[in-house]
Order: sequence, then C-alpha cells, then structure tokens
Amino acid sequence: MAQMRYREALNAALREELGRDERVILMGEDIGVFGGAFKVTDGLLEEFGEKRIRDTPISENTIVGVGVGAAMTGLRPVVELMTINFALLAFDQIVNHAAHIHYMFGGQVRVPLVVRMPQGAGHQLGPTHSHCLEAMFLHVPGLLVAVPATAADAKGLLKSAIREENPVIFIEHESLYGVRGEVPEGEDELVPFGLARVAREGSDVTIVGVSRMALTAERAAETLASEHGVQAEVIDPRTLRPLDLDTILESVRKTNHCVIVEEGWPHGGVGANLAALVSEQAFDDLDAPVQRVAGADVPMPYSKPLEDIAYPHEPQIVHAALAALGTRADAAGAQGATR
Amino acid sequence: MASLPEPDRTREWLSTMTLIRRFEERAGEMYARAKVGGFLHLSIGEEATIVGSARALRDSDYLISTYRSHGHALVRGTPPENVMAELFGRVDGCSGGRGGSMHMFDLSRRFMGGYGIVGGNLPIAAGIALSSDYRDTDEVTLCVFGDGASNQGTFGETLNLAALWKLPVVFMVTNNQFGMGTALRRHSAVTDLQRKGESLGVPGMRCDGMDVLDTHAVLAEAVARVREERCPVLVEAVTYRFRGHSMADPEQYRTKEEVALWRERDPIPAFAELLIGEGVIDEAERERIDAEAIARVDAAVEFAEASPFPAPESLYDDVYVLDPNVRGRYSAQTSEEQANRARTAAAAPEDSAQAANDEIPQQLTQALAAGEDGGETSATGSSAAGSSAAGAS
Repeated sequence: MAQMRYREALNAALREELGRDERVILMGEDIGVFGGAFKVTDGLLEEFGEKRIRDTPISENTIVGVGVGAAMTGLRPVVELMTINFALLAFDQIVNHAAHIHYMFGGQVRVPLVVRMPQGAGHQLGPTHSHCLEAMFLHVPGLLVAVPATAADAKGLLKSAIREENPVIFIEHESLYGVRGEVPEGEDELVPFGLARVAREGSDVTIVGVSRMALTAERAAETLASEHGVQAEVIDPRTLRPLDLDTILESVRKTNHCVIVEEGWPHGGVGANLAALVSEQAFDDLDAPVQRVAGADVPMPYSKPLEDIAYPHEPQIVHAALAALGTRADAAGAQGATR
Repeated sequence: MASLPEPDRTREWLSTMTLIRRFEERAGEMYARAKVGGFLHLSIGEEATIVGSARALRDSDYLISTYRSHGHALVRGTPPENVMAELFGRVDGCSGGRGGSMHMFDLSRRFMGGYGIVGGNLPIAAGIALSSDYRDTDEVTLCVFGDGASNQGTFGETLNLAALWKLPVVFMVTNNQFGMGTALRRHSAVTDLQRKGESLGVPGMRCDGMDVLDTHAVLAEAVARVREERCPVLVEAVTYRFRGHSMADPEQYRTKEEVALWRERDPIPAFAELLIGEGVIDEAERERIDAEAIARVDAAVEFAEASPFPAPESLYDDVYVLDPNVRGRYSAQTSEEQANRARTAAAAPEDSAQAANDEIPQQLTQALAAGEDGGETSATGSSAAGSSAAGAS
C-alpha cells in the first residue's frame, strides 16, 4: 500500500497504462505543457513525449470524435475534458457516436475510449463549472460510467477503464483531487467494473452514496452510530454502468431501509433510478419508502452561502436515514428534494 | 479534360457508376413499396463524385461518409446484397439491420461508415488518420460530407486540428447545391467552398463532380499530396442530386427547369458516350454493362427478401462488448425477464462478429512490435454474401 492523493493515483494509473500498452494515448486541453488543469497529467508529457501526450485546441466535440475514430482503428485513447459541463459540447460525439457505433454497425467495430472529466461543487465556480451530471451519461445505453470516490478506486477503476472494450465516461470529483488514501501497489491491481464497495457495514439502514457522496455518507454513518445508535451500511457503487445492483439489494434485504445520496439534481437523477430499481426488486423487504438526498434543483450558484446549501452534507443524510427509520416524526424528506 | 486511364479501369468505373444508379433507383422503388423504412437518401446524379473519388484510394485507405452512403458502400466493394438487406432491415445487412440506410458499414473494406449526424464524421475521420499516423503507415482517410456540413462546428474544429496535427485526411465536400432544401447561397456566406478551409490552414481544390475523369484526376492529386506531405486538403466536388433530399421531399425549393438543366449533364451517359467515342466500349457493351447492373440489383433484392429479420432475442446484442467476469448489470431492466436475458447474454461466449475488428488492433500491435510500416496490407476481406461487385483501384 502507498499513501497518495486522488490526483496522484490517477496520474499513476495513466503512467502505468501508458507504460504497458503502446496503444494508449492521451488527448486534452492543457494536459501537456501546462500539466493538466487539475495536474492529473503532470509529468506525463516529459516521460512519454508529444506523440502520446497531446495538447489539443479548445474543441471538445472534435477531441472526443478524434478519440472515437482512433479507438475504432486500434488505439486506446484517453480524452480529458476540463470539467463535466464542457462535456455537454461533446454530447454529439459521446452519445450519437461513441455510445452507438458498436450497436449501429452490427458489432463490427469497438470503441475502447475513455473520456475523463471532473465534476462537483464547492469551489464557487458557478453554474457552468460545478454540476454533477452522471445521470445524463447513465441514461445512455452503450456507455459505461465510473464515479470513483477514493484514491484506490481512482487508480484501479481508471486502469480498468483503459483496458475496457466499451466507451467509458470516467467522472472524477474536483474536491477529491487533493484527498489522500491508501492505494494498492502493482501494475495489475485493478478495481473491476460492476463491483460495489461496501464502505461500512451496518444492519439498520442502507445508504448508497455516489461519487463524493460516498465519503459524505460514511461521515454521516459515524454520526448516526455515535449520536443515534443507528448502524448504517454505506455502499459506494463505484460504477453506475455496469451497476452492482445485487450488493445494494442484498443490503436492503438485511436492513429493510434505504437512503440514496447524490450531488446531482433530483429530477431524473441517479437516486431516482436507484430508488425505482430498489422499489421494484425489493419492495417486500422495505419497511419504509426509499429516501433520496440530492443536490438542490437549481443551477449551481456562485455565492458561498448559497453554494453550501445547494449540495448535500452530513446532516441531510443523517436526517434522511432517521426519517427512513421513522425515528423522527417530521419525516419531511431530505435537503433538496422535490418541492 | 483529364487523360483517359487504361480501358479496364474506365470500364470498371462505368460499371460501378451504373450499379450505383440502378441500385438507387430500385431502392427508391422498394421504399415506395414499403420494403424499406425510415429515411432514404439517394445519390442519383452524384455517381461520378463517388466513383471518381473512391477510385483514387488504395484498399488500405479509409473512406468515411454520411447518411447518403449506399454508393460509398458499393464502390468499396460491399456486395449489393448486403447493402439492400440493410435497407430491408435484415440480418444479412452490412450493419446487421441495426443501422439502416443512413448507417452502412463494412470494416473489412475499410468503409468506416455512414453517419446520420451532419458533420459527425469529420472528427472521426481525423481520429482514424491519427491512428494511421501513429502506426507510421502511409494510409490516407477520405472524409466525405455535404455542403451543409461545412457550416457545422466540427468542420472548423476538425480542419484546424487536422492542419495543426498534420493528419492525412482528404476532406471532400460534396457540393450538391443544397443543404437539405436550403440552397448553397442561402446557407453559406462563402459559396466558393474550396476556400472555406483557407483560414484554418487547409488548402483547397475543386473538381467537376459530374465528370468522373476530372473527379478522379483531382482526387488522385489530393490523395497523393496528403499521402506524401501528411497534411490535410479540402476538395470541393461540384455536383447535383437529381432526386429529392430524401424520398419525402416535395422539392419546392428548386425548379423543374433547374433539375432538367443538370440532368443534361448526367454523368453516366456522358461518360459512356465518351468511352464509346474513344473506342473503349461499343454500344453493345454499354447495354451489357447496364443489363449486368440490373441483374445484380435484381439478385440483391431477391437476397434481401430471403434474408430473415433479426430475431427479437437479438435486441440487446452488441449494445456492449460484454465481459462475462463482470458482476454488475449493464442494463438495469425493469422486469425479471429482461434482467435474466441481460445475465444470459453476459454469460455467453463472445460473439464471432467481434473477431472481425481484431484485424486492425493486431495490425497495430504488429506494426508497433516491428517498428515498421503496417499499412500496406490489403484489407479486402470476404464478407457475408460473396464476391465484390467492383474491383480495386
């Protein structure tokens, strides 16, 4: 095990995969000379050269499309987009092309492309740089979606993503880049897609946390235990496609209560999707309706006090868990839920 | 006028142009009889542009096209049987019945697809060229799109990137005078389309897209230049589509007189008469070429009719390349039956169609291992329905 930051773990994953497979190339805005807007690609240009670490013009849709074409003809491109909001400029290439080419051409060709991007609020970047849009990508058949919350998962999932045969939307979190964690060493230490991480075991309520919210949920679980005597089981799905629904269902069958926490918007969100799946497939095991905790249904505001209340924190998760358990009479639901 | 290449080549060009014409006419008939669904975009009138440009390529070069792509599949050698079966939505279609008219594909012939999004194929072409370059091959990619696509963001973005990175792409704008029903002068401030790449560092050329000899001569020069200099060029092929944008087009945006004027320049009779005048073929051979094309299309229709529709059980095939070791669900189905089907699919061995794609990665791996040119291997593989209709360049 090595102690490293989330960004260093990503950097290590890229370095190792560049080293083991010559088909891997990196493309993105300011990933080379600048070292990456969030320094994830720092030092890679010096080590691997301009042929493989390619600074691009600011042309998101085209960069992703170049990745699609290169992937169709044998390369394994990793494209970095500076934030998830910028990925919306590339939605045509991501959805109409990367996601659909394998299917619409009858399986003749694969698109082993990784598109990396950070998401998330907390740095006062306002409504065009702060959103959490994993639900938009989750919606699309043909895409795989990874949402690592820890340094170990950042490294292990990115290595798996690069070795994947399908296009992967790899969603990092801006506020996690500097967070340290234990990371297994070794070139073949992968974290497989479609395998959830049980971050904390518990018997009273299941809390599913997506992306950064897995960590927030863990802290909420500590509070639930220390202040309310509630043992929460915290599950981090790690990939939303493929989805390890079985681990979530097994947990719900044990705890009979379920809370889903995400940072994105509530309408049509990840929580809405998971709540539907849990309700459909484990309804008889639920003692109470599934609770959702989500970001506020607003564009992300700049002003700090507003930004702070526009995405979930521990108290909302604690409140939702207690509401699910019927501990509080005022089970009014969670912060940011639909009005 | 460009000089006449050797007789076998020009005969083959006439044959292929005729095949495309007869195929498109029959496709239109089949559409009217509801054998073909969706949209149907015919390239009648544009055959010289298609054949003249594609015949400037080697088998190892790539061609990537638009939603008007039946002719591009045929010129690359995809059997008409498989193209027609695709229109019919059958399993033997060149995209397995998943794509339809707008999404033809034939990896084995390096026909890298028809794309339904206007301008969507330009970045992909640049990516293919990047891959060719990365492997140190001298492969060239011919990227075909319409005059309407020259207004998309991907046009500016991709031409800039291709010039900046020195990517071997021939961008060919098929100027058929209309972006759907909007005339060129009404959709583009610059109507001299060959100049649209100048500010992006991409030099322009122009050919008479109604003349297969001129188209071939200009494209041969463009392809040779791109192959040699590893820099993109933009070629404008000036042509005209005789039929509507699609089958559902009342053509209120142009006059019958204008269409009649262009039809006088019909590239197929013009080229046939030239070949007769030069003594390459005689009238009897011209008729034989036409009869062969009709017979070939008859066989294609017969084949497509006989080919089965895809089985309902195949609905979920090829959404993903499934990894049997993955525990999670690729599709979160809402019924147990669907969930079980997804699980069964995940447990099944990898399907054989995917093996076809291994050609290019293997070639890449070999080229990287050998540190040498891996690009001159012929990609002319055999496909589902027999021999190719058109010869190689």
